Amino acid sequence: MPSELRRKTPEELLREVQAEEAEAARSGHLKIMLGYASGVGKTHRLVDEARRRRARGQDIVIGGVQPKVPKSVEPLLANLEIIPLKQIDGGSAIDVDAIIARRPMVCFIDGLAYNNPPGARNPTRWQDVEELLRAGIKVVASINIQYIEELRDQVAAITGKRAGETVPLSFLQTASEIEIVDAPPEEPMERSPEEQMEAQKRQERLSRLRELALVLTADVVDYQLTDYLESHGLHQQFGAHEKILVCVTPRANLQEMMEEAQVVAQRFHGELLVAYVKQPNISTEDQSALDARLAIASAAGAQIHILGGDDPAHALLDFARSRGVTQLYVGHSQRKGLARLKGSPLDKLIWEGHGMDVRVFPQ
Amino acid sequence: MAEQTRGKLKIFMGYAAGVGKTYAMLQEAQDLKASGVDVVIGYFEPHGRKETIAKAEGLELIPRKTIDYRGCPFEEMDTDAILARHPHVAVVDEFPHTNVPGSERVKRWEDVHLLLAHGIDVVTTMNIQHLESLNDQVWNISGIRVRETIPDWVVQQADEIVMVDVTPRALLHRIQRGVVYDRAKAEQALQNFFRESTLVALRELALRQTAHEVERRIPAADRNAPLEAEASRPDKHRRIVILITANPKTAMLIRRAKRVSDFLGAETFAVTVQPTGDLSGLSEDERRAIEQHLNFARNLHIETRILEGEDVAEGLVDFARRNQITQIYVTRPRGQTWMPVLNRDPAQKIIALAKDMQIVIVSDRETAGQRS
Repeated sequence: MPSELRRKTPEELLREVQAEEAEAARSGHLKIMLGYASGVGKTHRLVDEARRRRARGQDIVIGGVQPKVPKSVEPLLANLEIIPLKQIDGGSAIDVDAIIARRPMVCFIDGLAYNNPPGARNPTRWQDVEELLRAGIKVVASINIQYIEELRDQVAAITGKRAGETVPLSFLQTASEIEIVDAPPEEPMERSPEEQMEAQKRQERLSRLRELALVLTADVVDYQLTDYLESHGLHQQFGAHEKILVCVTPRANLQEMMEEAQVVAQRFHGELLVAYVKQPNISTEDQSALDARLAIASAAGAQIHILGGDDPAHALLDFARSRGVTQLYVGHSQRKGLARLKGSPLDKLIWEGHGMDVRVFPQ
Repeated sequence: MAEQTRGKLKIFMGYAAGVGKTYAMLQEAQDLKASGVDVVIGYFEPHGRKETIAKAEGLELIPRKTIDYRGCPFEEMDTDAILARHPHVAVVDEFPHTNVPGSERVKRWEDVHLLLAHGIDVVTTMNIQHLESLNDQVWNISGIRVRETIPDWVVQQADEIVMVDVTPRALLHRIQRGVVYDRAKAEQALQNFFRESTLVALRELALRQTAHEVERRIPAADRNAPLEAEASRPDKHRRIVILITANPKTAMLIRRAKRVSDFLGAETFAVTVQPTGDLSGLSEDERRAIEQHLNFARNLHIETRILEGEDVAEGLVDFARRNQITQIYVTRPRGQTWMPVLNRDPAQKIIALAKDMQIVIVSDRETAGQRS
């Protein structure tokens, strides 16, 4: 039975009320439409949403449009109220004053990643949008992934081009809603072999950008879900995002474990965590073995979580549960003969490892 | 039949009723028709939604076929009529649908495969919760055990998968406005499947699955090009074996192992070890359970074996050694104690015997409220 159907404790109810109040107090309401390339239909989706909201009686304005609008969008746009961009020193920016004075319920902005010309009230357009949100206006805005600051290197590795104007990911994470505009790249038409080759390469690039946009949206969604669950005091893990926890011990074959963990994390677009439990009376020999293994994890770029507690298995499981781990990697037990009868920490991990896969690695 | 190219399959993927899959499918049909392509509606489910019905206007509709089952008429897609009409493209709603008993094929995806085999392109729709390998996770997320599932290999064969995305909040508003369901049903839907956190988690699953499907379709040589570390490392060959027993958790084990093996491109076997080398020595219940699990594995395109051996753990580890297996998948042991000498579950003995291999112990994805 899902935990939400349980009777809630007073503490949970209190937290819920507080969370709702906090949300209500947060100014404005931002919705992001995310695309992976131009021409996937973002503008159309944005303007169509404006049209539908207007048809439902909402007071909407268009606060920013791209210099070039697709032909199919022109007739849709003709029936909507547009607040034109303000011209400043040969450049242009959205007209924040005019929009705030007009006070619509929702303002639509196609294209979030613009640097404003010198002399504008804010250096960038996303800061203009922050102002609209603070003024209590809902904003629906579109952006392509190449304009997200944190993705610039990844996109450049795919396309060879680096965007000049960007929006920080942290701003997108404040959005109440984020939606991906997904459409596969167009099929290459029958062409000459060279053109065919070029079109195929282009399609591959677009597919990689598409993958990146889907994963980014999933990550933002995951971030917001975790936030929601925590603020509502729900300790529920959905496992929609694969998370791998590598447990470091003095005898673990960390090279193999890390290699496998990295491949699995990459294939699942998952997250890789590394942890070890501090031992009180560890021998010098074990300590140096442990240090060598921790160095392997660090070299692989992993952040290492140091855990404490009398019972190593419980410390690992508690940490794994709090992080929503779906796969726990651990080394085979060294115990032999009679020592096995007592049951090892590994036995305990397996016995109590509800809700996750425990993968035991050769030492 | 003359040799012809197989039709192309495109799937619109969603995460709940009402996200706009059918609408997107019909929009695609309209666009195709506008550009002069011969397209028909093979099947669509209007659910009484006005905007969806309006989208179908002007498109040729192949009438459904009526099938009598226990004295009641049921309507299904008329696959023969579509084949006879032989359009360039057929749009077919609800890919995971199960046909009424008495239909020629059990599943709609089998009908779709027939259309594809005859060179007809198909555009179809499905929700992520119907994907077989995610069945346990969906249960964990929603508390609902989805019965109508579609094997992952069927989805993998599609040429294109497109995510139909809408935010859960927008979807909930749609439901409240009565666009998706009528009022009474909407109230009920909002209480159950449509709780916001459930929708958010299902949406995340759909986004990640679509990302994975996009990645799969990038030619292998270039797939990892931007990830230099990955490209420089030779892809190790992974071989997985799943231990089949009568334990009811075995279906979950198979789904999970298959999902991991698909993501890693591993070869997979499902194996049961019996003293007689067949299932004859078992009780009726056990035999039926093991047969069911072996069949389930075969339906997911996993190679199955029945091995002869007195001891399950020894037989399995021996098989693993002979077949260069790298990972053994077993269910979490049952019983009251994990005292090694007292527990008869083979998992523990396998771990002790196969210290040179990776062993994966899979446990159910139960929800927090269930755990004691």
